[in-house]
Amino acid sequence: MANINSTRYTILFAATVCVICAALVSVAAVSLKPSQQANARLYMEKNVLVAAGLVPQGRRMTVPEVQAYFDRDIRARLVDLRSGELLPEDRGDARRYDQRAARNDPATSHAAPGNPAGVRRLPNQGIVYFVLKEGQVDQVVVPVEGLGMWGTIYGFLSLAPDANTVRGLTYYEHRETPGLGAEISNPDWLALWTGRKGYDDTGAAAVRVVKGQAGAPDVDPNHIDGLSGATITGNAVTHLMQFWLGEHGYGKFLQRFREGARS
Amino acid sequence: MSTVSPVAQGAWRLDRKERSVLFDPLLVNNPINVQVLGICSALAVTTRMDKALVLSIGVVLVTMLANLAVSVLRERIPPSIRIIVMLSIIASLVIVFDQVLKATMYELSLELSVFVGLIITNCIVMGRAEGFAMSNPPRLALLDGLGNALGYALILLAVAFVRELLGAGKLFGMTVLPLVKDGGWYLPNGMMLLAPSALFIIAGLIWAQRTLQPQLQEKD
Amino acid sequence: MEHYVNLGLRAMFLENMALAYFLGYCSFLACSKKVETAIGLGAAVVFVQTLTVPLNNLVLHHLLAEGALSWISPALATVDLSFLSFILFIASIAAATQVVEMAVDRYAPGLYNTLGVFLPLIAVNCVILGGSLFMQEREYNFPESVVFGVTSGLGFAIAIIALAAIREKLTYSNVPAGLRGLGITFVAAGLMSLAFMVFSGIQL
Repeated sequence: MANINSTRYTILFAATVCVICAALVSVAAVSLKPSQQANARLYMEKNVLVAAGLVPQGRRMTVPEVQAYFDRDIRARLVDLRSGELLPEDRGDARRYDQRAARNDPATSHAAPGNPAGVRRLPNQGIVYFVLKEGQVDQVVVPVEGLGMWGTIYGFLSLAPDANTVRGLTYYEHRETPGLGAEISNPDWLALWTGRKGYDDTGAAAVRVVKGQAGAPDVDPNHIDGLSGATITGNAVTHLMQFWLGEHGYGKFLQRFREGARS
Repeated sequence: MSTVSPVAQGAWRLDRKERSVLFDPLLVNNPINVQVLGICSALAVTTRMDKALVLSIGVVLVTMLANLAVSVLRERIPPSIRIIVMLSIIASLVIVFDQVLKATMYELSLELSVFVGLIITNCIVMGRAEGFAMSNPPRLALLDGLGNALGYALILLAVAFVRELLGAGKLFGMTVLPLVKDGGWYLPNGMMLLAPSALFIIAGLIWAQRTLQPQLQEKD
Repeated sequence: MEHYVNLGLRAMFLENMALAYFLGYCSFLACSKKVETAIGLGAAVVFVQTLTVPLNNLVLHHLLAEGALSWISPALATVDLSFLSFILFIASIAAATQVVEMAVDRYAPGLYNTLGVFLPLIAVNCVILGGSLFMQEREYNFPESVVFGVTSGLGFAIAIIALAAIREKLTYSNVPAGLRGLGITFVAAGLMSLAFMVFSGIQL
């Protein structure tokens, strides 16, 4: 047996270990990558279904189940955020669109104007999901994001065909304080949003999380009950919701949609 | 002590030394309580039993396989690169486990986040590879890895049991104590969901074990 | 600017590596018997953490992330090696620790002797690898990595020095036999962890 203290043996041994470990790891990574990507997309799309109220939060779903919902009832489309124009269906596969990657890549994004939501960059194209019921558009789901107290909050907002009344909402990724700010993921609080309106009578994005309790949806449509002990997170939610309903987010698209430019 | 080959006897029959190697770390020589190893990645995932279980499985697999690999190679590893070779083997095993987790239990892997990767620096894995596998034959090393990792898992699951039950009224996500907000009677102990409770629970476990086994108590 | 201060405060107090995430316990418990050892270990962790988190950030963005290898050749722009991050992080940490060890031996031999075996053991300290993994998970850029490295190391140092101070005082207390030593240390650490939660809600 070779002298295990010799340099030559050491280098040879090290090289062999490297090759074997690298092979093991690479085989695992490459062969599992397709299922990992499918899982990541499944996770995002499941949250679209939760926002639309089609499945309850916390339900475990498989890829075929999500696929079935999407095939039957959901149409994903791309929107030019700056003009509000709905892009034709042949302009790229909307379902596979990675909005976060597009936002980070300077070639497909632009800097956001200063805003209290902490949004720094905006993708040129945003994704929007139409939820169909009996062939007609029943809900419009858009992604929202903004800086929370301790990290970025990501969610989906679902609006009725009047592009104003909230049908559902979910915040599926955030780093807020457990028990306080993290209550924004609590289905009981999210249920309070249903029936509220994103815009006020002048058409400005006006939905707000207030301190204490808000009135009933028909008399106090723009206000949501605050979360005690989580004022900062509540304000962050207000800012990000108003941003994405506003002219720099999906506001222009939602206005066109409201005026009947649906295709 | 059996001298018949493992294959003939059925590889599952353990002789006295093997039994001691496998079962000691479960209680008498528990890596966390007694040897004070491997706590690092333990506690942050003990808010729920499913998280603790998956991480425990990961540690068991990695420790067993790393011990086996190091033991098989123990006479051939050049001394000057010993540590980094062990680290490479351990890191590779952890990467494979992490990839499999992302492909099969995606949402759980998101919640376990960095703690799967931290199995690499878990003192138990390195400690057993260096302290036992380098100087023992493969079969013993495998059992030692299994025993120590199971001892670790025992503590992890015990802490998770208390935290999930008292903090959320659930076990493995299934309601055991109906919460007041769902119309039940149990008002959950919010502190159990916060970090410090894990430390208090382990202190309690150590106290209990050392009271029952006074030879483990530290002399002044 | 406030963003960095917030990030730093969070890493040092609210998300303290030792008290909130329970990382680095092996050395946390072993080196906290005397305040001098704790100060030495804390300083060493700060050095290594400040060095490795930004270093690993560079490794991640210029070697491993998708498209990172395009500086070698445009043909490699689709290669995504991020699955190798664990191995490369640990390798760069081991290398950085070696360098820090040599530097400390050369420029501060007193510290080198006090720390003894714990300096090389920092390489497998969960705090160091944990810092790099959090940096990867939270997608920090380079300046954020520097701030995070310094402050998370400082947070650990604060925790271990405080615990050492408490333990020194505890030697005069009448602790029940079963709790003596390890048990009461856990209780003290738990109470410290609870105390540090008072920092949540602070935002500049």
